[in-house]
Amino acid sequence: MNILLLTLFLPLAGFFVLQFLPRNSKSAWPTALIFSIAAFIASLGLIGPAAAMPSQQSSAFDTLWVESLNIHFHLAVDGINIWLILLTTLLVPIGIWISESLIKDRNNTFYALILLFEFGVLGVFSAFDLFVFYVFWEVALIPMYIMVGGWGGARRTYAAVKFFVFTMSGSVMMLASIIYIGVKAGGFDYAQILAAFNSGTVVLSSHEQLFLFLGFLVAFAVKVPIFPLHSWLPVTYWQAPAPATFLLAAVMSKMGAYGLLRFCTTLFPTAAHECAGWIAVLAIIGIVYGGLLAIVQVDLKKLVGYSSVSHLGFVVLGIFAFQQQGADGALFQMIAHGLATGALFVLVGYLEKRRESTAIEDYGGVAKLAPGLATAFMIAMLASVGLPALGNFVGEYLILQGAAYANFTWAAWAAVGVILSIVYMLWMYQRTFLGKPQQDIARFQDLSIKEWAPIVPLIIMMVWLGCYTAPFLQPISAANQHLLERSNMNIELKVRNHPPANGTPGNSILPAAFSEARNGR
Amino acid sequence: MVGNYLVPAVDYLRILPEIVLCIFGIALMVLEAVTSEKQKAALGWLSLLGIIGAFIANLYAYTSPGFAFQNMITVDGFGTFFRGLVLVVGFLCVLASLGYLRREGAESGEYYSLILFSLIGQCILSTANDLIMVFIGLEISSIATYILAGFFRNDRRNNESALKYFLLGSFATAFLLYGIAWIYGTTGSINLDELHRVLGDPSIAPSAVLIGVAAALMMVGFAFKVSAAPFQIWAPDVYQGASSPVSAFMSAGPKAAAFAVFLRVFMTAFGSISSRWIPLLWAIALLSMIIGNFGALLQTNVKRLLGYSSIAHAGYILVAFTADSQLGVAAVMFYLAAYVLMNIGAFVVVSHVASKRERYVRIEDLAGLSRREPVTAAFLAIFVFSLIGVPLTGGFFAKFYVFRAALDAHLVWLTVLGLANSAIAAYYYLKIVVAMYMQEPGEATNQLGPLAPGTRIAIWASALGILLLGIFPSVILPFVSRSAMIFGH
Repeated sequence: MNILLLTLFLPLAGFFVLQFLPRNSKSAWPTALIFSIAAFIASLGLIGPAAAMPSQQSSAFDTLWVESLNIHFHLAVDGINIWLILLTTLLVPIGIWISESLIKDRNNTFYALILLFEFGVLGVFSAFDLFVFYVFWEVALIPMYIMVGGWGGARRTYAAVKFFVFTMSGSVMMLASIIYIGVKAGGFDYAQILAAFNSGTVVLSSHEQLFLFLGFLVAFAVKVPIFPLHSWLPVTYWQAPAPATFLLAAVMSKMGAYGLLRFCTTLFPTAAHECAGWIAVLAIIGIVYGGLLAIVQVDLKKLVGYSSVSHLGFVVLGIFAFQQQGADGALFQMIAHGLATGALFVLVGYLEKRRESTAIEDYGGVAKLAPGLATAFMIAMLASVGLPALGNFVGEYLILQGAAYANFTWAAWAAVGVILSIVYMLWMYQRTFLGKPQQDIARFQDLSIKEWAPIVPLIIMMVWLGCYTAPFLQPISAANQHLLERSNMNIELKVRNHPPANGTPGNSILPAAFSEARNGR
Repeated sequence: MVGNYLVPAVDYLRILPEIVLCIFGIALMVLEAVTSEKQKAALGWLSLLGIIGAFIANLYAYTSPGFAFQNMITVDGFGTFFRGLVLVVGFLCVLASLGYLRREGAESGEYYSLILFSLIGQCILSTANDLIMVFIGLEISSIATYILAGFFRNDRRNNESALKYFLLGSFATAFLLYGIAWIYGTTGSINLDELHRVLGDPSIAPSAVLIGVAAALMMVGFAFKVSAAPFQIWAPDVYQGASSPVSAFMSAGPKAAAFAVFLRVFMTAFGSISSRWIPLLWAIALLSMIIGNFGALLQTNVKRLLGYSSIAHAGYILVAFTADSQLGVAAVMFYLAAYVLMNIGAFVVVSHVASKRERYVRIEDLAGLSRREPVTAAFLAIFVFSLIGVPLTGGFFAKFYVFRAALDAHLVWLTVLGLANSAIAAYYYLKIVVAMYMQEPGEATNQLGPLAPGTRIAIWASALGILLLGIFPSVILPFVSRSAMIFGH
């Protein structure tokens, strides 16, 4: 039995099992939890082969799905998607865990939808056939849409429809591109298409490349989101029920970034390099703009939502720097962001459960009443801010370094985002947890053991990612190197590809900006 | 020569489905007169038996494909596919009608025999190889459907629906007939293969203008029957006014058969002048998608919404038609298979929720259906997601296949605009899901009666069919591709 298939289909099996439980059954929650944890355990078996040969596909499963169209049901893991698969299988049980106290109504359906969502996301991360990728891409969308709309806040319908229509509009453009490639290359298998492009049997004009690239980009940009396609995000994060927000921010936002890294850079290298400039600028706008908006938010969920826009801007910048460090940092940041933002949303969920509000003004002085909660929040927040020794620092540092190699100005502007994140996070923390407790939150309980349970693994992972990066970074680097080589294979390099091999670090960052100025004038 | 023409036995075999339907239809009318009110329910089941018989006959007829009655009928994969498809449509609609007619207290054999007669017309349309057969098939199908649309003659909306459908329909048929006359006048033939030969040979082809006029006239007739813009005005009104199972039938069966004959006539007889009708079709396809989708955006009545959506779907199908290739024909066939299932499924659920006299047909009447009847709601959600074109449903694969055919024929702009349209469509289809899953139950869902067994079977069958087509499209894809090869491009 293929471990990857097992990991993928366990959640789906759980989805079907839940359909047969009686309505509002007490056993729905444990059933869903068991299936999601089983998927997590199964996914651990993927690490070995993927870490051993990160630049190749391992645990692959490939079978012909639709013969006449040459569609392969092709799944595999390598050094890139293994981490995202693990992130998903780790976070989904946590999402189910925290749902128990938050979801009171039609819980069978809700848990079934979470499992279906997991099935879709795992499929997206492991698909190596463009058609299959698209199928899973949409499969992940539907349950999330119903979760947001069915269990969300007062404006849930508006949020859900906006989320769906935005995503769908982006996706259909990707579908157009996928069909076009399929017609051109005679199939949808990623490796076959790459081989056809590289060997020159299928040639795309630069015009074609550009439009196909844009088709993919729109779909991914909506999901990430990249400015200016982010407007669905705040309202959706705000209105979604806490577990759904958690999954949206921690897991689903990685789908877009993963797509950019895996498909956009390798399938259309020329177009990707040509567009890198303005995409990086959009990413930086997202970083700064998201940070500025986060400062003025009065709602915790919206604040963390905008901080996500800012942090994911870093990921996009890292990818489109086309540097080893940038790509490594982007992938690392995806994992770290998933953990940190996930933890923040879990904790916001706990606050919401206690106070039935996510408005910052309803809180204050929580640290005195619930020191445990405040401490956990502090750690997650500091990770999110990018404090050294916690995961996000490594990711952000690598991204900034990669960006500096590509264009020093980018790095300088992006660094503003780091400062902004300190501003909005610390200010939010101060208003929420410090100061005088409000009168009506006098009976505020600290975290119970059951509530600590999902937080502890997240904190351990944040510290691990921050302090001992080697087990993660080595396979990531190897896989990214392979990917960047592919991306750079058939094009004239317009972007400096590698930093000077034997210069000092200081020299290798600065000359990018200086030598340009010197040569130019 | 015609005088001493003896009909070989195999010719009867090739129209066996029509013969079976005819026998059952007449038997139903006779039995209608002699059965008591209590026994009327059995007539519905008898008509189901007839349709199953015709379906088997259809498969049996395909064991000896070929021409019949001096090339007036042709039994090939394409025709067999569409005959099978309209029979499936008839089967599902009769199933849904069983409970519906009992609820309305209007059980009668007449209703079922009209469906069978309409199916005869559609079967003839699917296999017609001669313009006269095209016309006869269209008339048999249409006249029965006109009566079905106004079956509840005391209901004002039914009357409006039937009258509108009849007046506009006969007007369109007149265009078609005029086109046929024009063709006969200029070429002296009405046989499609012969026309193909004559029009493809520059030395004997008549003036391009004359042929162009004839083709245009016929296109008007067909475009009306498939409810393509700008001849779509009737569709929302008629679907809204007719009773739901009949709307389901009208939006699926006659449409599928009309597409079959539209394709056959234009790809064979007018195949050689395709460069002249393709631009026209391009515009009609785009216009249908736009009018259908934008018209549906503002609807509050579910049946009307589905009426507009059926216009949009005609547009998607025409995109594949515009590709003018074997791939395009295969895509049309696949699309129609998925379309009839999802559309019938949606109409059948609506007919269930609508309750007696169809009081509850607004979108908000579906509110909270997921709490009252989770299974029905889940199935309607599947139909709606299929109509949107979400993966793992037949609707997605159909759309994928259509746009693949279009890109294969370098119709890049039509593809981009079509896909953009399908994103717009998501907005109004989602209203249905929103009502079912995101709102509290209202008056309509609270008083919902039990699901009639026939209705239940129809819903299950449509939903399973859609999932089957979406997950394992290979069940019909090879057959469809093979059948499309008769159109040699």
